[in-house]
Amino acid sequence: MSSEQATAAQAATPPPQQGSGGDEVYARHQKVYPREVHGVFANLRVLGVSVLLGLYYGVAWLSWEGHQAVLLDLPARKFYIFGMTFWPQDFFFFAWLLIISALALFYVTALAGRLWCGYACPQTVWTEIFLWIERKVEGSRNQQIKRDSANMSWAKFRVKATKHFIWITFSLFTGFTFVGYFTPIRELAVSFVNWDLGPWETFWIFFYGFATYGNAGWMREQVCIYMCPYARFQAAMFDKDTLVIAYDEARGEPRGSRKKASDPRQTGLGDCVDCTLCVQVCPTGIDIRDGLQYQCIGCAACIDVCDEVMDKMGYEKGLVRYSTEHAMAGVRTHIVRPRTIMYTILLAALTIGLIYAISQRKPLELDIIRDRNSLYRETVDGLVENVYILKIVNMDEQAHRYSLEMSGLEGELVLADPVIEVSGGEVLTLPASVRVDPVVLKRAANEFEFTITAHDDAELTRTETARFLGPAMAR
Amino acid sequence: MTVNDFSFTSNFWNLWIIVLTVGNILACWWLVRWTGKPRADEAAQGDVTGHSWDEGTLSEYNNPLPRWWLWLFYITMVFGAIYLFLYPGLGTYAGYLKWTHQGEYARDMEAADQKYGPLFAKYAGTPIPQLAADADALKIGQRLFVNYCASCHGSDAGGSPGFPNLSDGDWLYGGEPEAVKLSILDGRSGAMPAWGPVLNEQGVDEVTAYVLSLGGRDADAGKVAAGQTHYATYCAACHGADGTGNTALGAPNLTDNIWLYGGSPGVIRQTINDGRNGRMPAHRDFLGEDKAHVLATYIYSLSNK
Repeated sequence: MSSEQATAAQAATPPPQQGSGGDEVYARHQKVYPREVHGVFANLRVLGVSVLLGLYYGVAWLSWEGHQAVLLDLPARKFYIFGMTFWPQDFFFFAWLLIISALALFYVTALAGRLWCGYACPQTVWTEIFLWIERKVEGSRNQQIKRDSANMSWAKFRVKATKHFIWITFSLFTGFTFVGYFTPIRELAVSFVNWDLGPWETFWIFFYGFATYGNAGWMREQVCIYMCPYARFQAAMFDKDTLVIAYDEARGEPRGSRKKASDPRQTGLGDCVDCTLCVQVCPTGIDIRDGLQYQCIGCAACIDVCDEVMDKMGYEKGLVRYSTEHAMAGVRTHIVRPRTIMYTILLAALTIGLIYAISQRKPLELDIIRDRNSLYRETVDGLVENVYILKIVNMDEQAHRYSLEMSGLEGELVLADPVIEVSGGEVLTLPASVRVDPVVLKRAANEFEFTITAHDDAELTRTETARFLGPAMAR
Repeated sequence: MTVNDFSFTSNFWNLWIIVLTVGNILACWWLVRWTGKPRADEAAQGDVTGHSWDEGTLSEYNNPLPRWWLWLFYITMVFGAIYLFLYPGLGTYAGYLKWTHQGEYARDMEAADQKYGPLFAKYAGTPIPQLAADADALKIGQRLFVNYCASCHGSDAGGSPGFPNLSDGDWLYGGEPEAVKLSILDGRSGAMPAWGPVLNEQGVDEVTAYVLSLGGRDADAGKVAAGQTHYATYCAACHGADGTGNTALGAPNLTDNIWLYGGSPGVIRQTINDGRNGRMPAHRDFLGEDKAHVLATYIYSLSNK
């Protein structure tokens, strides 16, 4: 770090204050006041924020065929996602989806660095809204810094109270929307207005409200720096071809302020005018000119603001820009490389697999539980009998009648009631006995299959293996 | 029973745990204070410590932790102290809330009874034959059956040796709805004495032959005749002169080829020789009348379609 660099960084980020009474290892948090920024990437983020928050607050209110379009009904253990109803048995798909999401995150990170952090992460998205509210109420960065260093006054109190009131209201609405994905949101709205929410609903609305208020209002960049595991392990996905935000040191140094008309070649200065705007706009309070740092969330605010300055100075844009380590070192950047090829193949295979699996999913489950109190029993006629409990789960919305058959063992299936009808979304407990002439039993344990088929849809069928125990007579 | 009944033979372990627990919390507090002071030999804040990895490309800086991090440590200590005050944790101290597992269980059971009690109470008012037409009640009854009865009587109520089949319309104690319900509530005890010492081996053989003949099965005519005499003397009192049994005593019908313990000549002989003791436990205390009513309805429905 050159001496000028050190000075600039210190000017922008005041040194942490020394605490008192043995707490020196722990520094009081220095609030970061990100300066408002305009530009291509700021616009992209506004777009990202609008779309994502629009989805979050909007989707909860959509309806689909008589129920809420997206509703995770935990007490009933049914998860409605538009036209599909998932059961806990389908948790597998959810795990699969999470694996795809994680892989997609790694893929994007390997290719383009922390795009997720900069544009799509909930922490970034909600912080962006909170910053926007803060600016609307408190004014610009300079006004905020000035107000915070001033003594408390009625005017200051009023401004702060207004900001927190809006933040808290918005946070509670966020918490309310979140709970609205688990309790039908229209009913929840009515309960909210009448203030007769259940204890858990109240708890989670306030819990998520508090989390939103705390994380987006107070914690902000500290979530990324101290809490987020992804911020820490993403280094493993980076390589020299990964897109990062980089300061072109060769072009910028030596930095220094200058008159607008002066010729940089004469002054011997680089393109960096040391205006520290890149530091002022940084939401995590770092100086990008110090090089790639784990605190950098890749939001590109410094690119936007530096491009603006370069424009004003009449210099070429891109002193701070999206680049790769290879490109900065003058080596060609490889987009296609083993890492990205592997990710592409894996991601494509998993995604196609998931879509196929969901399209082939049958809303019917059959679980077989063999009675374990006795190995088997003999009927008066000398037949060997085993008893099973069949749990037939009709995960469809409408009722079905089913036929039950056994195969793989020569025997008779006995049901108390031959009509097997299961209404939509119900689990039927069906005791069934199987009688076999012991003469045909070759082994003490014999595997066979139960097959259940819907009368109205031959495709709607399930086959599960069961075990029949008896004396092995035929050897 | 008080907590002390389960406790240790001396008060030493009680004090030991209290000292350890409190001592650990205080030690945590001291540790946080102690590590919060800068060492004389450590790098200045914001400077590199001299530790580096990956050929010097990664260096460790001596950066301060955020102050709220420190609060988290203190909050856990305060939480621990409050927890230990409210709940049992310090030796045999029962905690301010007097919380126990048994109490929690009792509360949960009470909550469940309050929730489901009215449901069963509603069914309890309907006579069993009428309720047997209610599909919902039967589904509940089936679940109760699978939970409480199936382990002996089988999931299909088909029984197993020693445990009667409940679906065949043959009843040891009567198939009237109230009799079924009473069997569930108060249990049954069916005792057949051992006749081996009285009849001797030959007598047992003869009675076995007679019992087989009651069900219309082949048996030695001479033994049957001799067995009949024994039967009239020893067996008819309970099983009836014609062998059709007595539901007041739970004495099975011997003429219908339905056998509780098995119908082969060997097993019948064993039954006569050694006697049998069947016991159905009472369920009044933990099921209650209302649930037993629904359960009896399900069992009744199995043989009364």
